[in-house]
Amino acid sequence: MNKIIITVVGKDTVGIIAKVCTYLAENHINILDISQTIVQDYFNMMMIADMAKSDKPFEAVSGDLEKIGEEIGVKIKCQREEIFTKMHRI
Amino acid sequence: MFVLLSLRRHRMVTPNRKKAGNIMINIYEVNETNNMIEHENLDVRTITMGISLLDCADSDLDAVNEKIYKKITTVAKDLVTTGQAIERDFGIPIVNKRISVTPIALVGGAACKCPADFVTIARTLDRAAHEVGVNFIGGYSALVSKGMTTADENLIRSIPKALAETERVCSSINVGSTKTGLNMDAVNLMGQIVKETAEATREHDSLGCAKLVVFCNAPDDNPFMAGAFHGVTEADAIINVGVSGPGVVKVALEKARGENFEVLCETIKKTAFKITRVGQLVAQEASKRLGIPFGIIDLSLAPTPAVGDSVAEILQEIGLERVGAPGTTAALAMLNDQVKKGGVMASSYVGGLSGAFIPVSEDQGMIDAVNAGALTLEKLEAMTCVCSVGLDMIAIPGDTPSTTIAGIIADEAAIGMINQKTTAVRVIPVIGKGIGETVEFGGLLGYAPVMPVNQFSCEKFVTRGGRIPAPIHSFKN
Repeated sequence: MNKIIITVVGKDTVGIIAKVCTYLAENHINILDISQTIVQDYFNMMMIADMAKSDKPFEAVSGDLEKIGEEIGVKIKCQREEIFTKMHRI
Repeated sequence: MFVLLSLRRHRMVTPNRKKAGNIMINIYEVNETNNMIEHENLDVRTITMGISLLDCADSDLDAVNEKIYKKITTVAKDLVTTGQAIERDFGIPIVNKRISVTPIALVGGAACKCPADFVTIARTLDRAAHEVGVNFIGGYSALVSKGMTTADENLIRSIPKALAETERVCSSINVGSTKTGLNMDAVNLMGQIVKETAEATREHDSLGCAKLVVFCNAPDDNPFMAGAFHGVTEADAIINVGVSGPGVVKVALEKARGENFEVLCETIKKTAFKITRVGQLVAQEASKRLGIPFGIIDLSLAPTPAVGDSVAEILQEIGLERVGAPGTTAALAMLNDQVKKGGVMASSYVGGLSGAFIPVSEDQGMIDAVNAGALTLEKLEAMTCVCSVGLDMIAIPGDTPSTTIAGIIADEAAIGMINQKTTAVRVIPVIGKGIGETVEFGGLLGYAPVMPVNQFSCEKFVTRGGRIPAPIHSFKN
């Protein structure tokens, strides 16, 4: 397992999840969990994904997702899972 | 529309779902962490690589300089890029990448016959810092808590020129400890050196003094500048990390307004735990990627001049109208203790200075308190009894006598010696400026109003010569 957390924040629009999921599928990144909420009219989504089978390095995936975010007008951030597990799990 | 969606199918197949206590991270936790980073100034303040230069000692000055340059640029060549990679991977800013080295008085002792010889080493350190891309290099230091060797004294006398001629070199001198007492000759000399450094850098608002710290009980593993050096008790190379998050503590405390001390303390502890865990993660990653052992996490709350990144604002949130008001020392004592209690469990090794920093120029709330007339040098001194580290980044009038500066150093060192804690003085006598004027240091060093200093003399006291003996409670054997 090589888990990453993808967060998407921005104005809600058609096809945000589709775009991100398509990219992940093309790069053999498996989605483990998705949750989504609207906070103060802002679309807020989090994905837990496993990139163990992906050939792309983390930096490339992170950069690509950022670009996709820019194209559809949302902010996409990609982080390794440990920063969250370290902080929130003992 | 409120939508919550979860692919529950995976709950059945993901192995670590089965273990209690290892439940997958949820969106609220992710948002909490990212809010801390994006809106509350959570960052890792510094990854500091400690490098031993003991094996660079040589009786030939050119050879020492060459060995030092070679060792630093070899051991630390990947420090900055590794730091940047960790920033990218975890989405956490790492503000500074720095280096601390063995006190130069020890390394250069055999080769340097006069202060000017030591200045060549300062230039070498500066050159090495530029080469590897770190913004500060600490360790232009001497440890003289009991006595000064000729090399120690030469290094100390070279400080004004060394700091004036270099950009990134930081200097620190340990003038006392609980075990040895205070070296008053060194204290008096440092009063003069601070003043000379101010003169030597007068064109830059005496900026040299911002890179010069006088310690009592200096720790060997401090990652924070300007006082970082790589102690002789340390291994060949080590990674120390300083975290920061005054803004996170402040926001957490906003939710505990009006609650009693139990709730207040619990909130600080839990927040400190979370902040420190980030530091621990970064330290472990840096250690692994660089192949250099992890040393310690420094549990200090380190402010910056940015709004919302202030220790003073935490104290105000706790219930003070301004820092400096009666109750300030108690509030700070409590804050400092809770930060440590929360942080200790979050990290496998804790060290360095570990306490709330109260620099004036680097903390907007402190600057405001001084400008409002709420905070004086004397109150700051009282505050240093209960927190790290000391009188830090305080601008004083440029015409302050060197003996008065020595007296300030002696007072602060005495607090450290008697209370078995680290204390330090980093005051800036701003040449050409007086009370009420403002001095601008720029960047993380911020700006500061020039504060008044007690006008009565201590010259006959600080010039007596010799040592103040170690306190009675240091005899524990």
